[in-house]
Amino acid sequence: WCSLIQSLSKPSCNSVMMLFSHFQLLIFPELEMNKIFESVCFFFFLVSINFFNHPLSFWSLYTIIHDRFRSIAYLFPSGLFEKKARPFMKHPDEVFPKQRAVQWGPDGRPFHFLFYTGKQSYYSLMHELYAKVLNIEKHQDRLRAKGLFSAEPKQISLGTSRWLTKEELEATLVETISSHDYDRFIQLMERMLSMPYSSLEEEFILRYRQQLEAQSMHQIVPPLQKDEKGVDFSTAEGKRKTSRSSVVVRDCGSGRITINGEDYLHYFPVLQDREQLMFPLQFAGVLGRFDLEATVSGGGRSSQAGALRLAISKALLSFLSETEGEAMRQAGLLTPDPRVRERKKPGQEGARRKFTWKKR
Amino acid sequence: MSNIRHLFLASRSGLLGFRHVGAAKVKFSINGQHFATASSIKSPEIQIQSFTEKVPNPPLEKHDHFRLSELFTLKDLFDARVHLGHKKGCRHRLMEPYLYNSSLDYDILDLDKTEEHLRLALNVTAQTAYRGGIILFVSRRRQFCHLVETTAKECGEYAHTRYWQGGLLTNAHIQYGQGVRLPDLIIFLSTLNNVFQQHVAIRDAAKMNIPTIGVVDSNCNPSSITYPVPGNDDTPVAMELYCRLFKMSINRAKDKRRQMELLQGLSEPSSSSS
Repeated sequence: WCSLIQSLSKPSCNSVMMLFSHFQLLIFPELEMNKIFESVCFFFFLVSINFFNHPLSFWSLYTIIHDRFRSIAYLFPSGLFEKKARPFMKHPDEVFPKQRAVQWGPDGRPFHFLFYTGKQSYYSLMHELYAKVLNIEKHQDRLRAKGLFSAEPKQISLGTSRWLTKEELEATLVETISSHDYDRFIQLMERMLSMPYSSLEEEFILRYRQQLEAQSMHQIVPPLQKDEKGVDFSTAEGKRKTSRSSVVVRDCGSGRITINGEDYLHYFPVLQDREQLMFPLQFAGVLGRFDLEATVSGGGRSSQAGALRLAISKALLSFLSETEGEAMRQAGLLTPDPRVRERKKPGQEGARRKFTWKKR
Repeated sequence: MSNIRHLFLASRSGLLGFRHVGAAKVKFSINGQHFATASSIKSPEIQIQSFTEKVPNPPLEKHDHFRLSELFTLKDLFDARVHLGHKKGCRHRLMEPYLYNSSLDYDILDLDKTEEHLRLALNVTAQTAYRGGIILFVSRRRQFCHLVETTAKECGEYAHTRYWQGGLLTNAHIQYGQGVRLPDLIIFLSTLNNVFQQHVAIRDAAKMNIPTIGVVDSNCNPSSITYPVPGNDDTPVAMELYCRLFKMSINRAKDKRRQMELLQGLSEPSSSSS
């Protein structure tokens, strides 16, 4: 109730719904939150139907739902500057935050048998895990009794995987756990792994392991494709600062370059930018061989030129041999430039420039 | 829930009077929901009253309505080593009335008293389960944690064999949310925690007017527990026996309840038509 009253006083939550729910709370204090929501939803529905005097048709409902913001702004004109303070009509689910689903039935009995511990999902996981450990031990004892216990049973293939981190476990359990709890969980998992017949519960163990993505140092070469006329071509993308470009390099034999539909001479009047474009081709020694079709957006002329250069170099890799590609990498043509604009800091004029220092 | 209060008062007369009961003040309201808003008190009470009004409750004066004395004999208790206590140095002063003898400094509990107390405890459990009460099994022994949790799961009740956070009973509305229903009976299969001190839940249950059953060993304090059951809490055989007995009594009570509801359901249409 206090939260509702507080939110009423806040300028951001001034709505017809809030007034009605507050009114309801004052007159009917024994109503629970769910019942308040239901009645508010019903009121919302009634208002939206009756306010605009439309016959109850599909089209009227459609227009009501889509034009309701404009209708409310027209019917309740407000001179307030703050847009969030003006009257609005939103579904209560959008206004009030979603509460955690109730954990007990209508008779008050909780659903989960470990509800009274406070951390039901975590403790039920530990309970399940321990049951599995006991199960494996029992299986091993039975095999030993029969004399079929082997020293080298089938092991679980973990590969390059790691245990889930505490945050990931919290996300799976939808519950906060302490670092001590997490350590205990990992301890028990490790104990289960160390048992020889742990392959019985392979699926359960792998559920709590995360595969590590193998980060290869190799440059990914774009595949060489053939179009209808039998001409080889390859596509690549490049970026620099805020510019993004995409280039199609064709093995035509002419040296034509088109950027965003324009000829490169018109697009880049400055020599420096055209030099940047040509550098990868000149370095590989294939100046007149390829046809370039490029699109570029964002940034200024220099950064666009840099983005195009990177895209061209990447696309060229599929036409060149490995040694030549290595030479290009060493020349720095395949490295995206990490430099971006540094932010301005408060108390300074720019990113680095300080205000003029006056002795007195 | 006022029925549980009546049960509590009636059965108290049957107990030997030398131990002090912590929950002396009895209020005619639901366990622990004294500080809740009017809405949350009303809804569960209405449901529970309608639950009990439909089916007549078994009389509380009859001490063994569910015939739970057939579940165990004195010989079973002896075979499960329930009479074995700790050494003389660990003995609690208030446990002296429950001891039979001590041989070579090892205390031996009086199985006659244990049998009587256990019968009472099982009766209370069955009566609570019959009325649809929430039963919470508590034990802080790591050795039997899994066993206790499985027992609770199998009889459809609740268990807490983990670290006890301070406000679970006394601060329930903040811990769990508004309108939570607290347990109507707490069964301690071991009253001590990992540092050999009395479990916090005994004191909290006494504060919240929740009746408790506790298996008290010769080193435990039986004073705050409503229905103490002097017995061994260290041996696996003994623990398995207790779990089995409680589970069977709860299941019996619930089965009887379902039978009575079915009978009531069958007789009601005939009475309305007539």
